[in-house]
Amino acid sequence: MNDSTATSELDGSLAAQTPTSAVDQRRVDEIRDHVVEVISDSGEGAQKCGQSFASIAAKTGHGVWTVEIIPAEIEPPARSIEGASGNRIRVGSYYVNNGGDEADVVIAFNEQVLLGRERAGGLKPGCTILLENKWRHHQDPAIVTAYTSTCEQLMADGYQVREIPMEQVCLQHTNNPQRGKNMFVLGMLSGLYRQDLEVARAQVAFTFRGKGEQLVKRNLRLLEAGYEWATQNLEFAFEIPSVERKEAQIVVNGNTALALGIMASGMEICAMYPITPATSASHYLSDVFENVGGMVHQAEDEIAACAFAIGASYAGKCAVTITSGPGMALKQELIGLATMAEIPLVIVDVQRGGPSTGLPTKVEQGDLLQAIFGSHGDAPRVVMAAATIEDCFYLPIAARKIAEAFNLPVVLLTDANLATAQQPFARPQLRKEWFAAPVDQSAIPEGERPYDWDDTTGLYRRFTPGQPGGMHTVTGLAHDRSSRVAYDPATNEEGLKHRSLKLAAFQKTLTVPEVFGDPQGDLLVVGWGSTKGVIEEAVARVRAEGQSIASLHLTYLQPMASGIGDILKRYRQVMTVEMSWADRLEDDLITYENRRYSNLAWLLRARYLIDVDCWSEVRGQPLKPRMVTEVIRNKLAQGVSHV
Amino acid sequence: MFDPIKTLSPSVPDIDDDAYSMDDFEGVNARWCHACGNNAILTAVQKLCAEEQLAPEKTVFVSGIGCSSRLPHYMGTYGFHALHGRALPIAEGIKIRRPDLHVFVNTGDGDCCSIGAGHWIHAMRYNMNMTVLLHDNQIYGLTKKQISPTSPRGLVSSTSPRGAYLEPLNPLAATLGMSNISFVANAVDWLPSVLYEIIHQAFHHRGLSFVRIVQRCPRYLPHQFDEYMKDPERILLLTHAQGLHVQDAVARRFKHCMEHDPSDLDRARELATNQERLPVGILYRNPGVLCYEDVRTSVEHLTAADKVKALEREFDKFTVQPTS
Repeated sequence: MNDSTATSELDGSLAAQTPTSAVDQRRVDEIRDHVVEVISDSGEGAQKCGQSFASIAAKTGHGVWTVEIIPAEIEPPARSIEGASGNRIRVGSYYVNNGGDEADVVIAFNEQVLLGRERAGGLKPGCTILLENKWRHHQDPAIVTAYTSTCEQLMADGYQVREIPMEQVCLQHTNNPQRGKNMFVLGMLSGLYRQDLEVARAQVAFTFRGKGEQLVKRNLRLLEAGYEWATQNLEFAFEIPSVERKEAQIVVNGNTALALGIMASGMEICAMYPITPATSASHYLSDVFENVGGMVHQAEDEIAACAFAIGASYAGKCAVTITSGPGMALKQELIGLATMAEIPLVIVDVQRGGPSTGLPTKVEQGDLLQAIFGSHGDAPRVVMAAATIEDCFYLPIAARKIAEAFNLPVVLLTDANLATAQQPFARPQLRKEWFAAPVDQSAIPEGERPYDWDDTTGLYRRFTPGQPGGMHTVTGLAHDRSSRVAYDPATNEEGLKHRSLKLAAFQKTLTVPEVFGDPQGDLLVVGWGSTKGVIEEAVARVRAEGQSIASLHLTYLQPMASGIGDILKRYRQVMTVEMSWADRLEDDLITYENRRYSNLAWLLRARYLIDVDCWSEVRGQPLKPRMVTEVIRNKLAQGVSHV
Repeated sequence: MFDPIKTLSPSVPDIDDDAYSMDDFEGVNARWCHACGNNAILTAVQKLCAEEQLAPEKTVFVSGIGCSSRLPHYMGTYGFHALHGRALPIAEGIKIRRPDLHVFVNTGDGDCCSIGAGHWIHAMRYNMNMTVLLHDNQIYGLTKKQISPTSPRGLVSSTSPRGAYLEPLNPLAATLGMSNISFVANAVDWLPSVLYEIIHQAFHHRGLSFVRIVQRCPRYLPHQFDEYMKDPERILLLTHAQGLHVQDAVARRFKHCMEHDPSDLDRARELATNQERLPVGILYRNPGVLCYEDVRTSVEHLTAADKVKALEREFDKFTVQPTS
């Protein structure tokens, strides 16, 4: 966005161009919510435009959920179908908890990125498309043909295509419209949705703070030009009524919330290795962690990052390592060590598509089973999953507390959808005790042993180096209560038993999650992670049709709270909705005997001995409520998830 | 510390009741083979701890997996017997959290130069203040005689029945080629006074001191180092006012004894690759190299209230105020 070449156009009077005098004669449709997409080539600024629009909408009292549209490459070729980069923003007159269905309005900087979104199923049939029209007059006839034929096709398919001279109008305000067009588009969007121009101005000033007064002025002028253009040239506008916001909120994406949560948890060491889509949490943390006495250590690899965190935890306060699926796989041996030596550790896995390198920038929920069962041998650990942006803040605080209370690893699962999605939540009230020191450092009385397991709970007091009288060697080998290497069968079983008992002890502290919808009925949809909002929206839609159904969303996946089995039994059918692969029974080879279920379905079937069905979609995109609604209808009508 | 002899015979003169003796640094009985070179290394570090009067609770021995890595169990200090190859990053985590602890790492040629080689390069670069002892016996002992990266070419083992195919990795040359190094020494287990003196100097060096110790494995390679043991001519003893100091009686045994200035990196590299004689002493020392913990550990003490205030400032950046 930075532009140092623009100097000549800076003398224009802002006041003279402010569109306050224009008479707004547009048709205004009042709507409850809309999904808007802003898409461009990578580097043209559609993401910044979309995020700014979401912030403006949040500040003016709207519910908001954003989804980043990210190409896999840093610089994909210009005007390419796979190069679409931008943002999807769902704005509503209510608390918005997911990215919604297909887009109602799309603003595209060229027709190829638009085609990319159309092919990805991102566009609602007949939706409004605002398209940069400079390609119609391009010197390359191939581009002109591509543009005109695409426009014709889209119109023939029923889309409302409006060709807009974005660059041409921008040229009246800047001599380099490549930079700044996104702020013109932000103005158009703000005009189209009748947002408060003052709030939009403040947002632009905030976005470009510290970049120089001239740049701020130029972008403000482009914003105003876009606003004016939409007011005077479009014959329609949308009004999404705002809702009263009673408390202060913070607007961040899931990775920023995660970083804030780590800071608030009192953990002070985060060891990581760069991996998409987890790394942005560490970017922000690297910038500010030292303000609360913390540090981010970029290790030489994923394994070293986990080892470093274990070393730090062993010597005091619990430390955290952040990664994504491939890194999670690499850390598994060390997670087993933390289990065996009973060292607190928090591991955050921001899940992406797999296996192998898979879909690095895209969402999937395929790591649940490796989070629970990874590592060889019996390596019990706690596994929790964030369902909202707010969870991304609070769960690291809970994770540290559990890790230290029970001396074991805690895995926190989020995903690529949460990582980049923005959703406002109530500004947290911080508590000083979150920053407390971890363990009693007083001298160990003679005779006390480093693993004096309580026979009921497996709990004991952990000794840390520096503590007089507590000297012992922790080991990944089987060991007795004095931490001496022991190979005899009884001692091995004693260790296994007590490490496992701790999970049962922790399980006793869990409360059963609330059901969303009917307390009993024909169908229960079970989910976990970022799909909560989508599932609940779909359940609400089907309940409005008179069906007796509900959903249950699990934060704690290992162990699971008491009472879940009883809930499952209150519904005629149970199914999970997930983003991890499940075989489909309509495929010729697939039978009840060889079907591979999605992750949570495996777990529920195994534990509760109930014939839990599953439906999953693993397309690297967040689920859409419309699709889940259809799945639920089919399941109710025919008793199968896939038709 | 309960001591039956002292308790039963109060007349035994005791110069300093609070002083630590070598016994205080003994853990469970060592279970290495008879005549294993690791025993000499254990004795040397126990002696160091006693001589330096290191508080056992403030001392941590970290190790990976292998015969060498059993050493922490035999110490009376804190210890962390970790995973194969991962001792160094664990030791780094301990040191960053508690720079006040004395951290030692015991690792073998398989642990350090093979499965943990990636961490080795980076540990040298982090240059955290710890003493790293590479027990190099040129063979995998615990898994019963497989070649290690430092095994000589032609060595017959369980995995090289027709002899090792490649020239060995030279841990000294490799380390001296890494960035940000600050202390590299070479020792042999059969010269205990020299071994002790080198470990002593390594301990007093501020930064990561890397000591490669040529260590005998009587079980699988009983005669591997005979040429050096029987023929002191094959040893090149490196002494210097800023390097290794040895008693005259020791020095007299070595025909090849040279003054080597440990600040001379180029010369150290030449010595490390000397095919004729095994250098014993301090090859390189540079006390001026940056330590990672010095630039990463906060010296400022922040109270919980300070932290809350700092975090509130972060929230301010992202806050939207109530409507109305």
